[in-house]
Amino acid sequence: MKNHNNSNILESPEFRMAIIAISVFVLMSLLSPERFLSSQNIISMAFQFPEFAILALAMTIVMLTGGIDLSVVGISNFTAVVAAIILTQFASPDMSLQASILWYGGAIFAALILGAVCGYTNGILVAYLGLPPILATLGSGLVFTGFAVALTGGSAVMGFPEVVAWLGNERLLGIPVPLIIFIVLAFGLHILLSRTSFGLKITMYGANPLAAFFAAIDINRMLIKVYVVSGMLSAIAGLVIMSRANSAKADYGSSYLLLAILIAVLGGVNPYGGYGKIIGVVLAVLSMQFLSSGLNMLQVSNFARELIWGSLLIIVMIINSTNWIKQKKNAIKPIKSS
Amino acid sequence: MVSKTTGAFIDMQQVTKRYAGVVALDDVDFTVMPGEIVCLAGENGSGKSTLIKILAGIEHASAGEIYINGISHKKLNPRVSSAAGVMVIFQDFSLFPNLSVAENISFSTQLREQRRIFNSTYAKNLARKALERIDVDIPLDAPVESLPVAHKQLVGICRALACDARLIIMDEPTTALTEREVRSLLDIIRRLKSDGVAVVFVSHKLAEVMEVSDRVVVLRNGKKVADGPASDFDAASLTRHMTGRDVIEAQPSPLAADAKELLVVKNLNKTGVLTNINFNLKAGEVLGLTGLLGSGRTSLAKAMFGLTKADSGTLTLDSKKIALGDPVATAHAGIGYVPEDRLTEGLFLTQSIVRNVAIGRLDRHQKNGFLNINNLISEATDWLKRLKVKTSNIEAPVKSLSGGNQQRVSLARWLARSPKVLILNGPSVGVDVGSKAEIHDLIRDLAQSGIGIIMISDDLPELLATCQRILVMRSGEIVDEIDSKSTNEEQLSHRLAS
Repeated sequence: MKNHNNSNILESPEFRMAIIAISVFVLMSLLSPERFLSSQNIISMAFQFPEFAILALAMTIVMLTGGIDLSVVGISNFTAVVAAIILTQFASPDMSLQASILWYGGAIFAALILGAVCGYTNGILVAYLGLPPILATLGSGLVFTGFAVALTGGSAVMGFPEVVAWLGNERLLGIPVPLIIFIVLAFGLHILLSRTSFGLKITMYGANPLAAFFAAIDINRMLIKVYVVSGMLSAIAGLVIMSRANSAKADYGSSYLLLAILIAVLGGVNPYGGYGKIIGVVLAVLSMQFLSSGLNMLQVSNFARELIWGSLLIIVMIINSTNWIKQKKNAIKPIKSS
Repeated sequence: MVSKTTGAFIDMQQVTKRYAGVVALDDVDFTVMPGEIVCLAGENGSGKSTLIKILAGIEHASAGEIYINGISHKKLNPRVSSAAGVMVIFQDFSLFPNLSVAENISFSTQLREQRRIFNSTYAKNLARKALERIDVDIPLDAPVESLPVAHKQLVGICRALACDARLIIMDEPTTALTEREVRSLLDIIRRLKSDGVAVVFVSHKLAEVMEVSDRVVVLRNGKKVADGPASDFDAASLTRHMTGRDVIEAQPSPLAADAKELLVVKNLNKTGVLTNINFNLKAGEVLGLTGLLGSGRTSLAKAMFGLTKADSGTLTLDSKKIALGDPVATAHAGIGYVPEDRLTEGLFLTQSIVRNVAIGRLDRHQKNGFLNINNLISEATDWLKRLKVKTSNIEAPVKSLSGGNQQRVSLARWLARSPKVLILNGPSVGVDVGSKAEIHDLIRDLAQSGIGIIMISDDLPELLATCQRILVMRSGEIVDEIDSKSTNEEQLSHRLAS
């Protein structure tokens, strides 16, 4: 059941994204061959991108319904702070390995549950109370961040058992653990979207919410599940960030929100809903990472980087929007008369 | 620069319009003289709308020439058209419901005069003058949403007059009006004519407006097939021109005497929308539900299917009560609803044909958390074949299909769920004549197989050809129940609009 919006593979946003990813990679390799292509750089990239890439996955599933989740970073930090507090309160760096693994598992479990609860709240706001997703999640994101600030007083929580560092910094069979987590999640989301009733309903709802209502799809339940999935993915991103930073703070990853939206849109997800593929999002993640480390090596300042991302987002939207507007126009052509 | 040859106000020559491979208008000549009343007739999809959209400047002709008042216009846009005096009153009137009568009437004029600041005294004067021209009295300060339909239409006419309209095009002006309201509309049209304003009626129901018309133009499949004085036409010849043949419809199949009661609707109420709706439906029965636009037909369908929640009443299917206001439970109980507006309510236009059918069956084909995609597709394909959907590629987006085939896709989605009751709202709207007869055959066949069908339509021949019984609604109430064997189109039309 392929979507034939882009029947010609060469015109599909995924193909365009693959070209971009390769071009950026080649360009950066040419600009700074010794440093960009060094194994050290490749590995450090593989450790860096999973955290925002997971947030981009969270963004993607919500965008497929025609919504947006601006609370992803808020949920990450809130859940990470709670996990960190559990660890600092109950576990200590000099604890035995088994005990610290146990407490770490408990903290992860708590973070996931909390992420689901945050997502559930968003889902209630959007589905049952009918708030526009952009405002509902803008508000709830601030609330979640606010909780994190209240719990920590705004400072970083640190002093974890050593085992916490494993998730973000170690390798399994030579592959960075965060990368493995991302691959598993991306593949899982791909299966969820293309091989389950829930996934197809998401796409169909995004394509035409009114028709979904008339087709007797249980829209409210579906929307809540979407936001719960988004919340849990955000929580996982939060755990990866916490492990890599070896601390948790209410305002980590503040630039990741824009980045997550940028990646989803760049990857071909239609912000009006109804179209998007995980492979496109993965390619967009790689392009952004190549671009970002390349710019780093060329010693472009952090502020300039945000400027570049913002401009990129607008440019991609302009390129894609001709397509989207065409679809929108077709969708609202009246049927009556003549 | 008045074109000397004709003196026509509108003179369209050899106008052709193509949409991505489809020819909507094919080499059509169309003229309107000043002060002339013209009927533009044609079936759904004949190109009537395209023609008026080109005149209004909303669509551009692919070829041909357009003269307005003798001046050639290469490319019209809505501003140019209205400045030239061409005003279109669309079926929905395009009014601002939250603004007052005076504001609505004066809106376009004030915009055109490029007034930056709204002047309410000036607005009221404009509105009063326009209302005086057609000799009606509507309170200037009333918000338009509080007016009855007929008055909204008058506000639309006044807005056109306030802009110095020389030609008013009215799209399906009578669909929402009672017989009395149609009378007074015709009086107003006569008055406009004596004022030198030309009027074009666009309609597929012409009996009512024939008496004031000077000329009739008939379109069929984008071509002009007839053009002559109104006195040359009668109802039968018009139908023949519009359809291109004498359509002989089959009769509804008789209902078995021992047919069991399927659906019982009791005392369904919804404040301001539905009052005391009571009726029942037998297995194998096709029950017509009709009424003027705004009579509550669609509201009743939505309330039955749970899309809106009725305040009180019961819905019983096979002696089991169905919860009100819950479309998921209603569909689960065995009721299906094919909505009126396929493009926004019925179909997922950008999604594939097969997905549009399969959407109703997703949960049934899910096992251990995963979809059995092969079963899902083969079932949907099977239904597409049974309903004879003509397509080479079931993965193509559903918007690539013709109206008739799209309707079949909508039907296939519900039939795949083997419903006990199907509610069809305007099943042949926007469907060409040939497909229409096929859809009617299909409906009769479905009823024969024991499904109860509620058929909502304002197409009277269609109701008479498919339904055993017809309910007539007015202001949210069922006011009449007619045995279709004992009536004909004329009587039905009278009982509908009286």
